[in-house]
Amino acid sequence: MPGQADHQAHFDEVIARHDRIEPRDWMPDAYRRTLVRQIAQHAHSEIIGMQPEGNWISRAPSLRRKAILLAKVQDEAGHGLYLYSAAETLGVSRDDLVAMLLSGKQKYSSIFNYPTLSYADVGTIGWLVDGAAICNQVPLCRTSYGPYGRAMIRICKEESFHQRQGYELLMTMMRGTPEQRDMVQESVNRFWWPSLMMFGPPDESSPNTERSMAWGIKRNSNDDLRQKFVDMTVPQAQALGVSLPDPSLTWNADRGQHDFGQPDWDELFAVIRGDGPCNTQRLAHRRRAHEDGAWVREAASAFAAQEEPGHG
Amino acid sequence: MGEWPLYEVFVRSKRGLNHVHVGSLHAADDEAALRNARDVYTRRNEGVSIWVVRSDAITASSPDEKDSLFDPSGDKVYRHPTFYTIPGSVPHL
Amino acid sequence: MNDDLFGGDSSQWAFGTDFEDPLAGVDTTMVDDVVADDLALYCLGLADDALIMSQRLSEWCSRAPEMEDDVALANLALDLLGQARLLLARAAAASPSVVPVLPEGSPVPPEDALAFFRSAGQFRNVRLAEVPGGDFAHVIVRLLLFSVARRELLERLRGSRDQVLAAVAARGVKEVSYHRDWSARWFLVLARGTGESRRRLISALDELWPYQAELVRCGAVDLALADAGVGVDPTTYAGAVDAVLGEVFATSGVERPSRGPLAGVGGRLGRDGVHTEALSLLLAEMQVVARAHPRGRW
Repeated sequence: MPGQADHQAHFDEVIARHDRIEPRDWMPDAYRRTLVRQIAQHAHSEIIGMQPEGNWISRAPSLRRKAILLAKVQDEAGHGLYLYSAAETLGVSRDDLVAMLLSGKQKYSSIFNYPTLSYADVGTIGWLVDGAAICNQVPLCRTSYGPYGRAMIRICKEESFHQRQGYELLMTMMRGTPEQRDMVQESVNRFWWPSLMMFGPPDESSPNTERSMAWGIKRNSNDDLRQKFVDMTVPQAQALGVSLPDPSLTWNADRGQHDFGQPDWDELFAVIRGDGPCNTQRLAHRRRAHEDGAWVREAASAFAAQEEPGHG
Repeated sequence: MGEWPLYEVFVRSKRGLNHVHVGSLHAADDEAALRNARDVYTRRNEGVSIWVVRSDAITASSPDEKDSLFDPSGDKVYRHPTFYTIPGSVPHL
Repeated sequence: MNDDLFGGDSSQWAFGTDFEDPLAGVDTTMVDDVVADDLALYCLGLADDALIMSQRLSEWCSRAPEMEDDVALANLALDLLGQARLLLARAAAASPSVVPVLPEGSPVPPEDALAFFRSAGQFRNVRLAEVPGGDFAHVIVRLLLFSVARRELLERLRGSRDQVLAAVAARGVKEVSYHRDWSARWFLVLARGTGESRRRLISALDELWPYQAELVRCGAVDLALADAGVGVDPTTYAGAVDAVLGEVFATSGVERPSRGPLAGVGGRLGRDGVHTEALSLLLAEMQVVARAHPRGRW
């Protein structure tokens, strides 16, 4: 059997040539732990992320929008499922991961601790929140851990669709009544800064970024992705006819990029601490669904045990 | 009672093609796994064929053996990256 | 490779994404010996059943016992929503007089005007669809009772002389067959799973059974359209429905409930626009955004 040093050398070599680590490969414990944390957080975000948009399914104002929204929130359940499966290849169970979400030991994206207050928020979440998510996620299709990268490929394909439906909803509303246009602008004003926060704290205060990049788990820094998102979004906002609520947002010809203001990081840390507008509500909803479903899961297991050969 | 077992899902997307591994899911038994696979991984596409198999029923070659460890062509039975095409760019809008 | 399945095409969506012309490619000519208002009312009945069921099912989104079930329940809701949209569009085309009048210049399409601007007394769904939700057993029992009857109906409606109804039925029968099998399987699992699941299942069945008879009751509109070869008389498939349910009960070891059908009000039931108290509450929520913006574009 090869020794620890051989294993480490092989692992380093795979990472160095940008190849993929697969479930049965040897990997350093810290790499495994970092991946479990990141993939689980991502999976939790998909599952909790069903709630803010799901809040509007019952009230969607047209049959077409109802179908789109329901299908979209359904996709998020699917994404959570793909990601939990990817995490399970690292030797943790879905039950364990869900327990860590419900006990608050693992986090989910803070954006979902903001409320959805009008139907325009469905569009804004698609455009800005899914747009930010795509910026974060596209590089992860090339992440060093195979199952995670493959889950991300499926997810990115569906998410780009999500972003388009959101933008299309906002475009349609902007062609509607003055009240609808106000609704869109008000929604964009509320979601702009939380969307920028989705890329995480500035690089200088993001302790894990450097190591995750060295391991190829993360491919770009928080600030790089945030910049990319702003540069991508500004022309889309112009095309839509909405303003972005940042007085210092300007084109910097020297850099070939936009300058922009800083989100309120104190607010982000408050939300991460659990003091966001909806933290308690989101977790309570999830916990209730999990507890209410326990008897169903048990019934299915009991039925399966009876059906198994030798048990019937 | 523990959680539902994990299943691996293989889908034939079109006649003439192989079943390929598309992902995993949990289900209480084989029949539920098949239904879940249909709902989760094919979302109503007609004309597809689905296989499900309990993950713990798969025997896989072990990359921990010395030969395969240092041989980059050493294969895995499932979760194989070439089952997927990586998009050159996922459009932003 | 898998691009057909996972690529950017609309087929990966349960509902598809081509919503613009729900009746594309189908002969929309009206059968000439049918009273237009009768056809419209018939379509509204089938549409409202699907729409209200879909609304109740979608309340489960993010609340299912397991993620896999969440995806499955959303698929069911999407199927029924799709059927509702086609049938509402057909009702509007058959008789524009059934469509609520909106302010001059409103861009709201007729199927949305029907869904979002009618009041409870104008809805023609069976009362089973609107009863407030309970636990997962309640979902399963309601869906089983509903889809067993709807499947028998759609199977026979494929031969309708109305090409649109025939097309909706041909597509819908596949969807609803799956709903029936899915709910029958869960019925069996819950009946034989644990003591608690069995108790909950039987309690839901006792609650919902009195609504079942309404699914196979024949009204004047049903009879008129059945005579014209456009609709189906529910009494012609009541026996088939009973046989399927009997088989599910027998396999599951559950006794057929003994309670009789729920009475109407002066003989009027859901199809006649007389509902439970729950419907107007459901509609208040479903219609609130649309009604606040009668000139809105979505």
